Amino acid sequence: MENAKNKPVKKMMLILSKATIENVYACFILANGARMEGIESEIFFTFFGLEAIQLKKLNNLHVATVGNPAMHLPTMLGGLPGMEAIATKMMKSEMEKLDIPPVEEFLEILSASGTKLWACKLAMDMFKIKEEDLINDLDGVLTVGGFYERAEGEGTHLLFI
Amino acid sequence: MIEKKIAGYNVLCNEQGYLTEPDQWNKEIGLELAAEEGINITDKHWEVLEYLRNQHKQEVAITIRKVGKSGIVDIKEFYQLFPDGPLKKASKIAGIPKPVSCI
Repeated sequence: MENAKNKPVKKMMLILSKATIENVYACFILANGARMEGIESEIFFTFFGLEAIQLKKLNNLHVATVGNPAMHLPTMLGGLPGMEAIATKMMKSEMEKLDIPPVEEFLEILSASGTKLWACKLAMDMFKIKEEDLINDLDGVLTVGGFYERAEGEGTHLLFI
Repeated sequence: MIEKKIAGYNVLCNEQGYLTEPDQWNKEIGLELAAEEGINITDKHWEVLEYLRNQHKQEVAITIRKVGKSGIVDIKEFYQLFPDGPLKKASKIAGIPKPVSCI
């Protein structure tokens, strides 16, 4: 492990491609946790991940109750109207107990902590999303190439969520 | 546990340098611990350190979010006051255990 000691993680480049709340939170907690350890972090929101930074959508993200075996809920029940909302409400109340902030506040915390927030240009074009649809704390819109450029340097790790 | 001399006082700390007995802490120790971290303590730093010590005394789990809502500093300022891992650094200087929270 001597070698690992000499090569600490310096920067985490997270790619968020999903909008289910468990994925969004995994991404945010990893990004925030990095900053808390003195590690740089950046998030590239692409595909459905863009929902997490869309002003009209970010407060209405849901946990997936269908196709999620860890819910321990029969698939047919998971598909009933309102089931996602109930599961999401329960999860949110548990998170609040642990002092995990709601998505909007979490984004503000990330930005204040120095996490860079980038939107994927291609996904924006595809979903016809404009920059004014996105949060004010956004650091900009990037292409994949632009994102990789920012990953330059020793000790950078990329993570796809 | 290791016994260490900080600012002339004998204190107990763990192998990462966190005081294990918060009652052994005083401002002189805080100053020396801050210097070790390369931080020049200002009044604002003391305010944050006092806040953290109080929270610890009340057995509140400390998180960045709580510090940001403390009314003493916002999160941005907290990162500026204690760069590179503010909650860990500030806890160390405040003589309280390393925070276990991930947020």
